[in-house]
Amino acid sequence: MSRITPIGLLRAAVVLGAAIAYPLVITPDWLVNIGVFTLMYAGLATAWNLFSGYTGYISLGQAAFFGIGAYALAITFNHISIGNGYRPFYVLPLIGLAVGLASLPVAWVALRTRAMTFAIVTLMLLFIVQQLAFNLRSVTHGSQGVAVPQPSFSSNFDRPYYFAMLGILALGLLVTWYVRGSKLGLQLLAVREDEEKARGLGVRVTRAKLIAWGLHVGLTAMIGGVWGYYLFFIYPESAVDPLVMIGAVLMTFLGGRGTLWGPMIGALVLVPAQQWALTDFGATRLYLIAYALVFVVILLALPRGIVPSLRRA
Amino acid sequence: MHIVVQACILGVLTGGVYALMASGLTLVFGVMRVINVAQGALVILSAYLSYVLFKDVHVDPFLSVLIVAPFMFALGVAVQLIFIRSLRSEQAEELSLLITWALALGIEGSLGAIFQTTYRATNPGYANSAWTIFGYQVSVVRAYAFALSVGILVLLYLLLARTRFGRAVRATVQNPSSARLLGVDADRVRALAFGVGVATASAAGAVYGVLYPFNPGSHYDLISRLLSIVVLGGLGSVGGAVAAALVLGVVEALVAVEISPVWSSFSYFVVLIAILIVRPQGLFGVRERVL
Amino acid sequence: MTALLEARGLTKRFGGVAAVDGCSFAVPEGTVSALVGPNGSGKTTVFNLLTGYLRADAGSVWFAGRHVRRPEPTWLARSGLSRTFQQARVFPELTLVENLVVAIQQPWHALARRAVRRSEEARALSVLEEFGLGGHATARAATLSYGQKKLLEFAALLMGEPRLVLLDEPTAGVNPVMVEAMERHIRELHARGLTFLVVEHNMNLVMRLCDPVIVLDHGTKLAEGPPAVVQTDPRVLDAYLGA
Repeated sequence: MSRITPIGLLRAAVVLGAAIAYPLVITPDWLVNIGVFTLMYAGLATAWNLFSGYTGYISLGQAAFFGIGAYALAITFNHISIGNGYRPFYVLPLIGLAVGLASLPVAWVALRTRAMTFAIVTLMLLFIVQQLAFNLRSVTHGSQGVAVPQPSFSSNFDRPYYFAMLGILALGLLVTWYVRGSKLGLQLLAVREDEEKARGLGVRVTRAKLIAWGLHVGLTAMIGGVWGYYLFFIYPESAVDPLVMIGAVLMTFLGGRGTLWGPMIGALVLVPAQQWALTDFGATRLYLIAYALVFVVILLALPRGIVPSLRRA
Repeated sequence: MHIVVQACILGVLTGGVYALMASGLTLVFGVMRVINVAQGALVILSAYLSYVLFKDVHVDPFLSVLIVAPFMFALGVAVQLIFIRSLRSEQAEELSLLITWALALGIEGSLGAIFQTTYRATNPGYANSAWTIFGYQVSVVRAYAFALSVGILVLLYLLLARTRFGRAVRATVQNPSSARLLGVDADRVRALAFGVGVATASAAGAVYGVLYPFNPGSHYDLISRLLSIVVLGGLGSVGGAVAAALVLGVVEALVAVEISPVWSSFSYFVVLIAILIVRPQGLFGVRERVL
Repeated sequence: MTALLEARGLTKRFGGVAAVDGCSFAVPEGTVSALVGPNGSGKTTVFNLLTGYLRADAGSVWFAGRHVRRPEPTWLARSGLSRTFQQARVFPELTLVENLVVAIQQPWHALARRAVRRSEEARALSVLEEFGLGGHATARAATLSYGQKKLLEFAALLMGEPRLVLLDEPTAGVNPVMVEAMERHIRELHARGLTFLVVEHNMNLVMRLCDPVIVLDHGTKLAEGPPAVVQTDPRVLDAYLGA
């Protein structure tokens, strides 16, 4: 665990406080809706950063686990009653754990390849899961999609989802903070700097990578679960959407890979912009060009991201 | 048995076309350690170009290659010079993955803005005819596409094996620093090689539109196949990519016939993962040297 | 003296060329052994084969009397065999203390503990002091000079409490003061019971520091013995001076 500093605590308290207050203070539903998505992306970016930011391996499969989490939640609640509507939230940790553990064998195969092949294999994973979502019709209803039972929340409908996303984000930040200051974190940083050297020193690199991987998958699956519940209806294209993942990756790059707050800052900047682009350009696919431009600008102009650049200054 | 052989024929014919697209992709990786995720989108772009040339100017798709390929070559060189060269950090390899993805998105968005998402197909008169050879159906278009692919792969081989440029490329693939010492202009080789990689894809793209209906979003399916092929064959190995493309083409056709067409593209991934478990470097790849 | 490390018939081919061809030698326990030879004799390849960075085409590696079926860096390090690299490899963004602490081997349940525990920090600091790097303890390794990085790499190795240390050209590219420092450290650690195998080009250093000296040429062992003997061996002189 990193050392607890007064400033760090204060920072965390302020951010958390503001986040909690937001939906209670802001009334228009559409703004809270943006808040939900901002927290969602912040969580995804933080989860992605937990693995890719600290090991240096670029994983492009996150969307697969997001989708699996969403489907897992939908399918579970087609067999169990939804109760007062809060039950799905309690099931989330189980989903996270299950998907996290199940992803380990796949990661083990993928991690035996070189870093570039690893990126491609994780991308393949994304396509595989999307294909499975389309083809396993008995389970996922294929392209027709799956419905999630609607909860009975009355007014302030977005709030439970907002706080669920916030909870997962907070968990992600806490885990990142803890790992960063632990031996696992030290090993991960060594792997990122020079994996072969770390190996030569006796560091069990595969173990370290797998742990970080499992954590990032678990968090991602939980976020997928909340998203699925929020939208009520899941389609293969939307559940396993490369663009959602690219967004999370972009936000992490923008905010700063390997930092604690970077991914969240990236999300705070990009999500509102993204939502605006979607509303204005969504229909004409032009928003893809906007994505592409932002992408290129961030990768070429700010390769280190906001937080490290601020630190240097 | 008849069905199996028929499937194999189909598999080889389709595999040949994918081999062409994939060879460009793996060549670029070999030369500059960049995976061009936009290869699929560039193929689709070529498909649209050829489609427009056919629809408005009545140029036969196979002939349109002569127009489209040089144009795409130039585009490829430009892309490399503008975007990829400027990545100078240690993580340039993986960042290039993301930058070329951005390029793919940009292409998809532009095509979507111009052509919308309706599926298109280039339909020359002979699109649906087939020959019957020894009792097996061979689609005329697929046969021509295969022949074109083989032709261009042979040209590519000759380019790499017999020309000065080809020698420079191979030297850069094997040992970039030594190549530089021998007077090879690494920057120029990279830019030109990228152009070649894109041009080969565009040749395939020109005929892709005759084989399959396509829209701007088709590049995802395409790039997923190409990446499987390239990884299976071993990153950087053109021969490996060709072999892998043929293998996967046949496997896919067999699965479609024996099990179900629905699972046929999934079989690509199964084969890939299965091989990677045993040989992480792919069929013809080299285990990454540590020192 | 028993052999702590043995190469038996090691062979490695690149393309059609055998860089190492049926190479056999032994590193006795408690010695500072040297592995020398003209350029192209296969020293570095042998090093990589012994330490698991390259897979041998034939032959075997024996460590502490046991056959190591598939030499692998992590396993070897945890069994007591560590190496340095020709181009000093450290973790540039980590501090010196962190560079050392990460080399302490950990059981799985220790991963959740603090990155640098107080006892580990103390140990690291004392080792850094010994190597004259104490003043830079909290600086990033990237700020060190090349010679300091070599010392750091050496120091980090020791945290793993190895039995045998393989040094890959420890004095290459390093100023004479640093060469002296290296020699001193090797002697001190040797006196404390550590075994060394050193690949070196600096013949003066080898002759006064090492015994036995193992000479390689064209991928096989040419001579093996005390420096005085090896120095006058006509085959050795031939290999170094001959065409």
